[in-house]
Amino acid sequence: MIATTTSRPASPATGAKGPGAFRAHEVEAMLCGRRDRLGEEEQQEREQRLALLRRDVVVRPTVFVGAGTCGLGAGAGRTLQAVRDYVEHKQLDADVVEVGCIGMCSAEPLLDVQTPGRTRLCFAHATADRAEGLLDAVLAGELPEAEILGQFRSESLEPWPDVPFLDEHPFFAPQTRWVLANCGLLDPRSIDEYLARGGYRALAQALHLMTRIELCDAVEASGLRGRGGGGFPTGRKWRIALNTPGYQKYLICNADEGDPGAFMDRAVIEGDPHRLVEGLSIAAYAIGATKAYVYIRAEYPQAIERLAEAIRQARAYGLIGENVLGSGSNMEIIIKQGAGAFVCGEETALINSIEGRRGMPRPRPPYPAVSGLFGKPTVINNVETLANLPALVAGGPEAFRSVGTESSKGTKVFALSGKVQRTGLVEVAMGTSVREIVFDIGGGPPEGKAFKAAQIGGPSGGCIPTCHLDIEVDYDSLKTVGAMMGSGGLVVMDEDNCMVDVAKFFMDFIQRESCGKCIPCREGTRHMLESLESITRSHRNGSGDQALGRLKGVMYLNRLAEVIQDTSLCGLGQSAPNPVLSTLRWFREEYEAHVFERRCPAGVCTQLLHYRIIPELCKGCTLCAKRCPADAIRGAPKSPHYIVEEKCIACGSCVQACRLNAIVAE
Amino acid sequence: MNPVPQVEAILDHYPDARREHLIPILQEVQEHLGFLSRDAMEQIGDRLSLPVSKVYGVATFYNQFRFQPRGRTHCQVCRGTACHVKGSAAVLEALKQKLKIEPGQTTRDGQYSLEVVACIGACGLSPVIAINGEFYAGVTPDSVGTILRQYDRGAKHDSDDH
Repeated sequence: MIATTTSRPASPATGAKGPGAFRAHEVEAMLCGRRDRLGEEEQQEREQRLALLRRDVVVRPTVFVGAGTCGLGAGAGRTLQAVRDYVEHKQLDADVVEVGCIGMCSAEPLLDVQTPGRTRLCFAHATADRAEGLLDAVLAGELPEAEILGQFRSESLEPWPDVPFLDEHPFFAPQTRWVLANCGLLDPRSIDEYLARGGYRALAQALHLMTRIELCDAVEASGLRGRGGGGFPTGRKWRIALNTPGYQKYLICNADEGDPGAFMDRAVIEGDPHRLVEGLSIAAYAIGATKAYVYIRAEYPQAIERLAEAIRQARAYGLIGENVLGSGSNMEIIIKQGAGAFVCGEETALINSIEGRRGMPRPRPPYPAVSGLFGKPTVINNVETLANLPALVAGGPEAFRSVGTESSKGTKVFALSGKVQRTGLVEVAMGTSVREIVFDIGGGPPEGKAFKAAQIGGPSGGCIPTCHLDIEVDYDSLKTVGAMMGSGGLVVMDEDNCMVDVAKFFMDFIQRESCGKCIPCREGTRHMLESLESITRSHRNGSGDQALGRLKGVMYLNRLAEVIQDTSLCGLGQSAPNPVLSTLRWFREEYEAHVFERRCPAGVCTQLLHYRIIPELCKGCTLCAKRCPADAIRGAPKSPHYIVEEKCIACGSCVQACRLNAIVAE
Repeated sequence: MNPVPQVEAILDHYPDARREHLIPILQEVQEHLGFLSRDAMEQIGDRLSLPVSKVYGVATFYNQFRFQPRGRTHCQVCRGTACHVKGSAAVLEALKQKLKIEPGQTTRDGQYSLEVVACIGACGLSPVIAINGEFYAGVTPDSVGTILRQYDRGAKHDSDDH
C-alpha cells in the first residue's frame, strides 16, 4: 500500500533491533514474567519504551490518520498524503501513524493529533484541504476551527479546555469496547504497540499456566457463544474436537464476511490484527491444533495484507512457529482467500472450499469437530469469537460473565448502517436495547424521518419494527421476534424504505447465492422471489385470472417458506425465508397495499406508480416519446404530449428523459 | 490447447500442487491474465490431474472468477443491504445505461467493465462504488457520470496512491 514517507519509521522505537523494538528472547521473558538479568536502569529504560509505545507520553507531535478501507473511501488517503507533505514541507520533527478504524464511519476521514504533554485530540471530517489549518493550530497549542469529535481521557496528560471527552460522546458513551479496544488507537502494523498494551500475555498465560482442558473449561464457564450467527457455545465445540483422537487437528477462522451489510470482521482485522492472531493461537492450543487457516474474503485486500504482516511479525518474535514461547507447542497460520460465495460462511461449505471444491455444504453429522478439513477434527470459529479470547483468558471467565444477559454473555459488535445519522462499528454489552443502538448511538434517522425497522442478522435475519425496539440484544430474545443475532449487520430503515422491496432484495441475494445442492432452497427461494416480483411489477393490462394467481402466490408464501425451512440441508436454506417471514409478520399492511391497492406506500416500487404529463409544462420536444420503450406517449411535436395509460409499463424512463420536469409519478 | 506461458510460470510455483491449491491457482491466474481463459483452465486441469469440467465447475461456482477480460476501467458496484437502502439499485441502473453493458460484461472497446459485488464492507459510506480499486462514497445516479469522466480515455492511470 502506501509507503512511509516520513523520515523515521512509524513507531518510535522501531528499527533498533531487527523487525521490532525487542529481541525474541526479550519478548519471551516479558510475556512469561521471567526475570531476565536486567539492571534497574535497563528495566526503567524498557518501561519508558513501553510507555512510548502505548502513547502514554509522546516526545514529538504525533498525527494519527484513520486509514481503514472505510476511511480510504472517505478520502483518508489524500489526508494522509497532505499530512506527510505538511510534515516534510515544514521539516517538522513529528510522527505520522496510520491507524485502523475507530468505528465512526460517518465522521471520516478521522485525524488525531497528540502533542507532548497534552491529550490526544480527535477531529472529524478531516479532509486533505483542512489538514494544514488544523495542524497549524494544534501545533501552536490552539484549538482549530475544525470539527472536534473529542479528546481521549488520560490521567497523566493535560486536557484541552472546553473539549468534551471522547468517552462521553453519544456515539461512544453507551459502548462497551472489548474486541474493539485497540481499533483506531494503535498502529495495526506494529506488534510492539500491541505488546505494550498487554498483548500476547493471555497466550503466554494459556500456554504456560493452563492445560488444554482447563482452557476449554474456562471458555465454557465464561458463556462465550459463537459470534458468527449460530451462537453455539465455543467451549463445548472445542471440547468435542479436543476429545476426538487424531494426530492432526485444524482450527479455521471464518473471516468470510459475506453477509451484505456487515463489516465487523474487516474492521477488527484491519485495526487490530494481532488480537486475531493471539486469539487464533489460544484456540489452536486449546484443541491441540498445530495448523490454523484463516478463510478471508478476497474483497478485503487491506485486511489480508495487515493480517499477513501481523503473522510475519509474530513469527519473528517466536509467538507462532515451532516451540511457541518455549512451551513445546507448534503453531502455523495459513491465509486462504475466499473466492466470493455467501454459502461458504457455512462450516462444511467452507471446508469444501479450502479443499479446492465447490463450496457446497455436506450433511451433518459427522460434525466438523469430529471429521472436518481433510477428514480431521476441525473447529471453525468466527473472527469476533477469536478476538474475544485474549481479554477472556487474561481477565478470567468471571469477568467475562459479569457483562451480558442470562443466556448471552459478553459484548457484541454491530455494523450500524443505513438510515442513521452516525454509522459505523458499535460494540455494546449483550442486553443493550436495539433502541439504544439505533437512537442513542446512531442518533436515529437523519432529516427527522420516521424510523421504520432495523434489519438485523442479514439475509438470515429479520426486521425489528418500532413496537419491539426495546428488545434486548441477546441470542434468544431476538429469535422471539423472528430475527436473529447473525453476524452483526444492523441496517436501519426509515419511512422511505419499502419493506416488500427489502424482502425482495434479500430473496434476490439468497436465490443467487444458493449453492443449488438441495431443491427446496434452489427452487423454493426462486419461487418466493418470483411471487415478490410479481406484486411489485406493473400489471395494468393483466387479466383477472392473473391477479388471482398473484394473490394465491402471496397466500402460499408462508407455506412455501415453511417447507424451505424444514427441508433444506444447511443453515443458508433453513434461514433463507426469514426476511420474507419477518416482513410479512410485522409489515403485513405494506404487502396488502401492494397486492390489493396496487400501490407502494413508500414510493420505492416505481412500477406501481402512475405517470402523467403536466400539459402546462410540456413543450412537445418528443424526447420522452422517443425514449418510451412501450410506445405509450403520444402527441404532435411542439404540442403537449400525453401518456396512454393502457400501454404504459411504468419503467420511468420518460421522467429521466424530460428536461422540463413535466412528467410526474403519482 | 495453446499453453499460456504466464500460467505455466504460476503453475511452476506449485511443484506438488494438489486439489486444495486449485482455488489459489485460479486466483493467481486471474490476477495475472485478468480473467480465466479456456486454455488456462485446461492447462491447470492438466497439471492437477483434474478433468477440465471440474476446474470449470469450481471456477463458475465462485463470484470472483470471470471468463471475459476486464476492461481498462473496472467498475464495481456494491449491492450490500446498506447500499441498497440508500439507493444503489439506481446507481447500478445509471451505470448500466451509461456504459450500455450488463454486470459481468465488458464494453466492446475494452474500456469499461461492470461488476456487482455483494458487499465491499464500507457500509458506513453507502452507496459505494469502486473503480479500479479506488472507493467512491455516497454515490448518486447523477454523480456516476462525473466520476466516470475522470477515467475517460485512460486519462487517469495509476496516478493515485491506492
